[in-house]
Amino acid sequence: MVVKMAAALRGSLVTLFKGLGGPRWQQLASRPLSVSAGLCSPESPPARADAIFKVTMLPGDGVGPELMTAVKDVFKAGDVPVEFEEFHLSEVQNMASEDKLEQVLTSMKTNKVAIKGKIHTPMEFKGELASYEMRLRRKLDLFANVVHVNSLPGYNTRHNNLDLVIIREQTEGEYSSLEHESVTGVIECLKIITREKSRRIAKFAFDYATKKGRSKVTAVHKANIMKLGDGLFLQSCAEVAQLYPKIKYENIIIDNCCMQLVQNPYQFDVLVMPNLYGNIIDNLAAGLVGGAGVVPGESYSAEYAVFETGARHPFAQAVGRNIANPTAMLLSAANMLRHLNLEYHSHMVSDAVKRVIKQGKVRTRDLGGYCTTGDFVHAVVENLRHRPVH
Amino acid sequence: MAAHSAVLSASKIFAPFWGGRLGNTVKVFGTTVTNHRNKTVLTPPPAKYGGRHTVTLIPGDGIGPELFSHVREVFRFSCVPVDFEVVHVNSALETDDDMNNAITAIRRNGVALKGNIETKHTLPASVKSRNNVLRTSLDLYANVMHCQSLPGVQTRHKNIDIMIIRENTEGEYSSLEHESVSGVVESLKIITRNNSLRIAEYAFQLAREKGRRRVTAVHKANIMKLGDGLFLQCCKEVASGYPDITFDSMIVDNTTMQLVSKPQQFDVMVMPNLYGNVVSNVCAGLVGGPGLVPGANYGRDYAVFETATRNTGKSIAGKNIANPTAVLLASCMMLDHLQLNDYATLIRNAVLTTMNETRLHTADIGGQGTTSEVVQSIMRIIQSNGQLTADL
Repeated sequence: MVVKMAAALRGSLVTLFKGLGGPRWQQLASRPLSVSAGLCSPESPPARADAIFKVTMLPGDGVGPELMTAVKDVFKAGDVPVEFEEFHLSEVQNMASEDKLEQVLTSMKTNKVAIKGKIHTPMEFKGELASYEMRLRRKLDLFANVVHVNSLPGYNTRHNNLDLVIIREQTEGEYSSLEHESVTGVIECLKIITREKSRRIAKFAFDYATKKGRSKVTAVHKANIMKLGDGLFLQSCAEVAQLYPKIKYENIIIDNCCMQLVQNPYQFDVLVMPNLYGNIIDNLAAGLVGGAGVVPGESYSAEYAVFETGARHPFAQAVGRNIANPTAMLLSAANMLRHLNLEYHSHMVSDAVKRVIKQGKVRTRDLGGYCTTGDFVHAVVENLRHRPVH
Repeated sequence: MAAHSAVLSASKIFAPFWGGRLGNTVKVFGTTVTNHRNKTVLTPPPAKYGGRHTVTLIPGDGIGPELFSHVREVFRFSCVPVDFEVVHVNSALETDDDMNNAITAIRRNGVALKGNIETKHTLPASVKSRNNVLRTSLDLYANVMHCQSLPGVQTRHKNIDIMIIRENTEGEYSSLEHESVSGVVESLKIITRNNSLRIAEYAFQLAREKGRRRVTAVHKANIMKLGDGLFLQCCKEVASGYPDITFDSMIVDNTTMQLVSKPQQFDVMVMPNLYGNVVSNVCAGLVGGPGLVPGANYGRDYAVFETATRNTGKSIAGKNIANPTAVLLASCMMLDHLQLNDYATLIRNAVLTTMNETRLHTADIGGQGTTSEVVQSIMRIIQSNGQLTADL
């Protein structure tokens, strides 16, 4: 309750899903503490579920708030011990200010984990080169973006059984916000590649591959044209690869990579690349398995983790029409639960979503169905395997 | 081994850069890259993303695997943001592949938790102790153990509180032995000024950090006048920079006698490799045995945590009677090193409460409990402390 008051004072909306402590405590006390069998098995109920995890929530623009409602509904139904601290940061709805950004950062400092919709950036130039989305990313130093492109069983596309991971550097490269007009009519945009950040993202990719038991990392580049910039990136990847003798390392040029992805995407495992290429490949790969509505994504710094959709679009034309596909955001939320050590709840949510897709009865418009967002969320809730009676 | 040490010295000439302290990395990166890199000394970024750490886990032999499965269970139960990369080292094989994999794994994660790997005396002399290879190739120069009497454990001496800092990379453990004349074997004990200064500096810094008053150097400079003399000399030099800490020295034989008769007189002790081995075993024995005391090995870039006395415990493996305390406390030291201090305190307090208040003891300290009973008791205490993760 103290938490609630404090949060209310900060002018943010706190959604408490569950009173602190309470009934769950009794439920857990009787749980046998199994030690030997089923070690670390996701089947056993979560440990220390008497604790409530706080997560920062940035609904963003477009269908973001609708997707967040979906997440909240599913979490509530599944009795997930997560409490959200909401911040409405938006450039197009005139809800962005330095103050607001500061609040978000303060909240992130304590929570470490956030779930986020796309904060739309208007195209026109109003004197500020860096968007709020970019500034947030830089302030939190969210250098690595991970998009796990995985075909959804039951939904057929041209390529089925796809399973590849795209890792993108997202703090430098073409997104440096350094542009100037040196001579009238001539604009120079600076693309920055540094050894330190290239190494860092390469190491992230290999660490990720090690952790997830992947066997190959492919660096995507354009070093044949940008010999120094992308050359440095490529060299850094090759150096880091030496530390991982068990993981195969390859490289491929960006244009060829795009072609290969639409022809034979099965050859790829983990892909690592600089900023802009990552943006393109993320979207391309998302398109292969069903579009922006089905692929989850996440961004990491050393300290923080932000969970979002894989292809970041506000999808503004769908606002209020109840047609957005919440699959991506729900899967991302499930990944967030895994990150919070709530393995059990994570499986529960992602299994439910996958089951609904597999059954094929309830589908949103982007997957060729006629159902609304609400119908889909309802179906997911119906499929949660653990539904305690209150 | 000759090639191995040649590379070692080469890497010293090139000056350290990240990941390239020794071995294949240096060779692969090539000199041009190395020279280029000399301008900017980079430390390897640890495998920490989104607040979660990856740590190398080497279960080792004997009781290692079972104890580490308990550690993982306790970690999972406490929602500790640490993932393990498990690397198995098969001690029966003569090849170094397993060991190289393990070392590379530590190099990329920065931190490891390790059980002891058995060194088989029956294997040919060319097979070095894997534990030693690991310490020297990662340059984990400082071995630290903290021996403290636990009120719940019956021992002959009470109120012991000794910190032992042991040089971990040279001395008698140089692995340089040869038969110069048939029937005559020479083993080289190496003492270097650099390493002695480094360990002395570490000891004094740690003493100041922990608010200790006195540092005792343990040596045998009456016999090895040059070797141990140099060590003693270096300690004295460093001591002059720490006027707030009393410095004295003691000969190793006398030290062991004093330890078993009046151990309370010691505060912080610093010593070369072999004496450290002996003294740390004596001290661990004084407070209750090998199952109780954790140890840590620190270098500039890497840290490896294990039990203080590095036993394999082969005879009690698989019987569910090993004492999990040392391993759990070692993992708490690791959590402290990762600056997850709240989790470390939580687990450490639970372990000590089980030991001192619940008094659920395993057979090695005269109890009736099994390993899993002790671990369950620890988890019950963690749970009763409740409401932790939300505040972190």
